[in-house]
Amino acid sequence: MLKRGVIACDHVGFDYGARAVVRDVSLVVECGALCAIVGPNGAGKTTLVRLLAGLLAPTRGRVTVADLDPARAPRRDVARRLAYVPQRYEIALPFSVGEVVLMGRYPHRGGLGLEDDADVALARAALDRCDVRALEDRRFDQLSGGEQRRALLAQAFCQGADAIVLDEPTAALDPAHARAVMAALRAECADRRAAAVIVTHDLDLAARWCDRVVVMTGGEVVASGPPAEVLASPAAAAAFGVTLHVGTLPDGQPFVVPR
Amino acid sequence: MSGFLAARRGGRLTRGRLVLALGACAALAALVTVLAPLLGVTMTRDGRELTLLDLSAIGDADAIDHKVFVLTRLPRALGAMLVGAALAAAGCAFQALLRNPLAEPYTLGVSSGASLAAVIAIRLGLDGALGGTGTGVAALVGAGAAVAVVWQLGRVGRALPPATLLLAGVTIAMLCSSASMLVQYTAEFADVSRMVRWMMGGFDVVRYATLARAAVAIGAGLVILLWLARDLNALAAGPEAAASVGVSVGRAQTLVFVAASLLVGAGIAVAGPIGFIGLIVPHALRAVVGPDHRVLLPASILVGGALLVVCDTFARLAIAPAQLPVGIVTALLGAPFFLLVLVRGKRGAQLWGG
Repeated sequence: MLKRGVIACDHVGFDYGARAVVRDVSLVVECGALCAIVGPNGAGKTTLVRLLAGLLAPTRGRVTVADLDPARAPRRDVARRLAYVPQRYEIALPFSVGEVVLMGRYPHRGGLGLEDDADVALARAALDRCDVRALEDRRFDQLSGGEQRRALLAQAFCQGADAIVLDEPTAALDPAHARAVMAALRAECADRRAAAVIVTHDLDLAARWCDRVVVMTGGEVVASGPPAEVLASPAAAAAFGVTLHVGTLPDGQPFVVPR
Repeated sequence: MSGFLAARRGGRLTRGRLVLALGACAALAALVTVLAPLLGVTMTRDGRELTLLDLSAIGDADAIDHKVFVLTRLPRALGAMLVGAALAAAGCAFQALLRNPLAEPYTLGVSSGASLAAVIAIRLGLDGALGGTGTGVAALVGAGAAVAVVWQLGRVGRALPPATLLLAGVTIAMLCSSASMLVQYTAEFADVSRMVRWMMGGFDVVRYATLARAAVAIGAGLVILLWLARDLNALAAGPEAAASVGVSVGRAQTLVFVAASLLVGAGIAVAGPIGFIGLIVPHALRAVVGPDHRVLLPASILVGGALLVVCDTFARLAIAPAQLPVGIVTALLGAPFFLLVLVRGKRGAQLWGG
């Protein structure tokens, strides 16, 4: 199968005022691939994914997501092809989990159209995959942080997009659910040929579940490639300020610990 | 945010639920609008007596009851319906847009801006200008000016942080109130009483021509908000989350803000500042029909109109043959409700969405 870049950055830079937060980042994520962006705090990871999601327009270079320029194309067209879940998500009104997940269908329906049975079926399937089906009728704003993260992943799945961009999807999750979320994401990439980019601080998860890890520091990409190789590299050690030990578990899976 | 009343019933919005909810609200609004003008108080030898107009006389152009119904009470009820609908819709939209349970025309400075302009118009003797619509036009201009200032002050770059916007609104409201008092202090006694009376709000002299003009502006505002109903759902989760499900955030925010302000300005132009309708109605209905604006907004429009007709009828009958200003009735009803929202919010984690 011909691989094509679903998410692509071409020498992208972004300045906040006079400060360059992202510098000259080039990145291609093909369909079916799951890519993790890692790096110390303030490395520009969130700014980069906001550029990918089209919430910011690059100061230099070009971002392409599923053949669209996400910052300039009509927002609804972008949302049909790209699902983005921000790091913080707080809904002010007492919407249920089911209603929040169904918002993922908004870009697929005209103006005021109510969601139909097909949409509900998609939402329930997404709820199942993220292990939050039992929470469907609960109020979203009353869930725990981890439950909210899973419900938001369900919203992203429900959106049925070619590209999925998630800012810290596992940050508030217990180990079992973090693993389940990564497995669900992996399956989404494999089954629907979606391309996914996540920002994470969990290097262990990144090494185990992602095809590719991108290390950022100071707004630049300093290493990119297969997880085990990249995380063990001197560039990663320099970026994090600690040496990372990449080992292999008895079942052949990699693990990462700071040394 | 726990400041919003906690209760909610039912699951997601379906066609059946939408039809049921709006049917009930529309029936209520129609019933109230027809019934209210029929009610009156007659003075008899034994005191005051609640009477109904003779339904059979309505339609007979020469009958007294017909004239009372058509010339005084019906325009009054229609005016209250129109203004109540406008204020409730604006409150509903502001609450979602600003993601704050206390957002309404009063807390955003729109009402105070309109009042200040109206008071200045009366002070300058312009209230008779433009065929007697001077005060109303001034109020509309004042509302627009207040909105423009609050919008400019509250904006941070292209973003619209709710907390900043509300703070700007409250500040502008206080500034305008102080300025209104200053204008009143320097005014002639006869003008002062008209200013005070105007600021209490009321429908005692509503003409069909005024209604028709207001209906155009209010109709336009309502259509824009209804068209953006689904976007309001998404915007309640914040601009980034809304953008990621396909909302053109900047455009939607601007349109909602402009439409809601137009509604408030036009409402105030007809009836003076009437508080709390914009706060009470969306909160109460959210607990009944759920938070989805595709049902909440039209329901708020219908029930907001009906509630203001009821308040106005009460204001007209309570101390007949004299009348209460309806603004006092809504304030007496609304202030305790406002406190309830506040206390509930305090009990939860925090009132501010941040």
